[in-house]
Amino acid sequence: MKLVIIKYNAGNIQSVLYALERIGVEAIVTDDHSAIMAADKVIFPGVGEASTAMQYLQDRQLDKLIVSLTQPVLGICLGMQLMCAYSEENNTQCLGIFEERVQKFQPNSIVQANLKVPQIGWNTITHLQTPIFNQIKENSYCYFVHGYYAALGEHTIAQTDYVQPYSSALHKNNFYGLQFHPEKSAGIGEQILKNFIQL
Amino acid sequence: MLTKRIIPCLDIRDGRTVKGVNFENIRDAGDPVELGAFYAAQGADELVFLDITATIEKRKTLSELVNRISHHINIPFTVGGGISSVDDVSVLLQNGADKISVNTSAYKNPQLIKDLAKEFGSQCIVLAIDTKLEADGNWYVYLNGGRVKTDSKCIDWAKQAVDLGAGEILLTSMNHDGTKQGFALDITATLVEILPVPIIASGGGGTMDHFVDVFTTAKADAALAASIFHFKEIAIPDLKAYLNEKGIIVRI
Repeated sequence: MKLVIIKYNAGNIQSVLYALERIGVEAIVTDDHSAIMAADKVIFPGVGEASTAMQYLQDRQLDKLIVSLTQPVLGICLGMQLMCAYSEENNTQCLGIFEERVQKFQPNSIVQANLKVPQIGWNTITHLQTPIFNQIKENSYCYFVHGYYAALGEHTIAQTDYVQPYSSALHKNNFYGLQFHPEKSAGIGEQILKNFIQL
Repeated sequence: MLTKRIIPCLDIRDGRTVKGVNFENIRDAGDPVELGAFYAAQGADELVFLDITATIEKRKTLSELVNRISHHINIPFTVGGGISSVDDVSVLLQNGADKISVNTSAYKNPQLIKDLAKEFGSQCIVLAIDTKLEADGNWYVYLNGGRVKTDSKCIDWAKQAVDLGAGEILLTSMNHDGTKQGFALDITATLVEILPVPIIASGGGGTMDHFVDVFTTAKADAALAASIFHFKEIAIPDLKAYLNEKGIIVRI
């Protein structure tokens, strides 16, 4: 099986590669269009800022490539947000695979004085659907680091509650998105990566 | 619910884990990668590796160590110690670090925080502050591993750093560090209240109740400790079970 991680200017691509190595899966990191198209599965990772990342993808025509892919594609964190229609982060038009909008967490300062933005740490995932969550129990903990979130919508396949419930995973056709970092979510994250590999 | 985090800290010197008391009297506590993997398996929520090696080879050895860590550890980890440029951080992140912590270099050149936040995002910039309560009743910032006093108050520097883009504060009370007499609840609570970013409390954790206090009284987002974990005085699963019993949300 050929597994490709899309290389672009968003951090922590290595972490995903190493996580795959830990579960015994080899992957290559590349921005080569033909290699990405030929892959059996594609991972679109990312930590960073939406408009800069979108610009980078557009400059290399990776934006058009990603939406045209037909094999299973997994967006992680910023990768998932970029697969949505629009992000409030610097008012960015994104890839439009998922119609859900990406918004900034707005803690209500009186009620939720202790909620910080970005959300950093372990939170639960609930309302789990689709094979990507096989063997994952409701309320499992995953590791999140983000200041923006995708609202709940028809493509939501997992929810997390921070300030309000939001989409911690999305799915449409061959596209999957995870807001949390499976590569840093201990055994739960490893199982989710294995599930994606087995799709 | 977002959980409170338990973070073992591994001080590294020449590739080994070490631990001192009040920043001095350093003892050996084992291989950092093995120890880190052990903590991850035990349910640690995150790890911090602070390199206190002071050699020319440092940069290379640190990036090699980070690479080894990231091949063996499936939870987030922060790396700190002598980081003073965007290039330093770039190398560490490429080798798999999730966050980096800066201390003295950021104090001497606050622009560094801004540059790092712009390049890598605030979420991966942890500002470490070593602070000490002086006779005048104020908490002051110390540099160089606690050896150099500054005239800056902890609160002022923390605020400035967050404005510049620090995404988290790792606050170590030098008065409490290594004493096992409990965390510095007052200064921790103050920072939690005034800053919009998570605060990691460090220094003084000696009993499970100290962790309860720092999460409930001071409302810290995370608590960091070293020797009590390294020398197996408190096991992480026991600590988390205890916190859970006390109604504190933790990942079990």
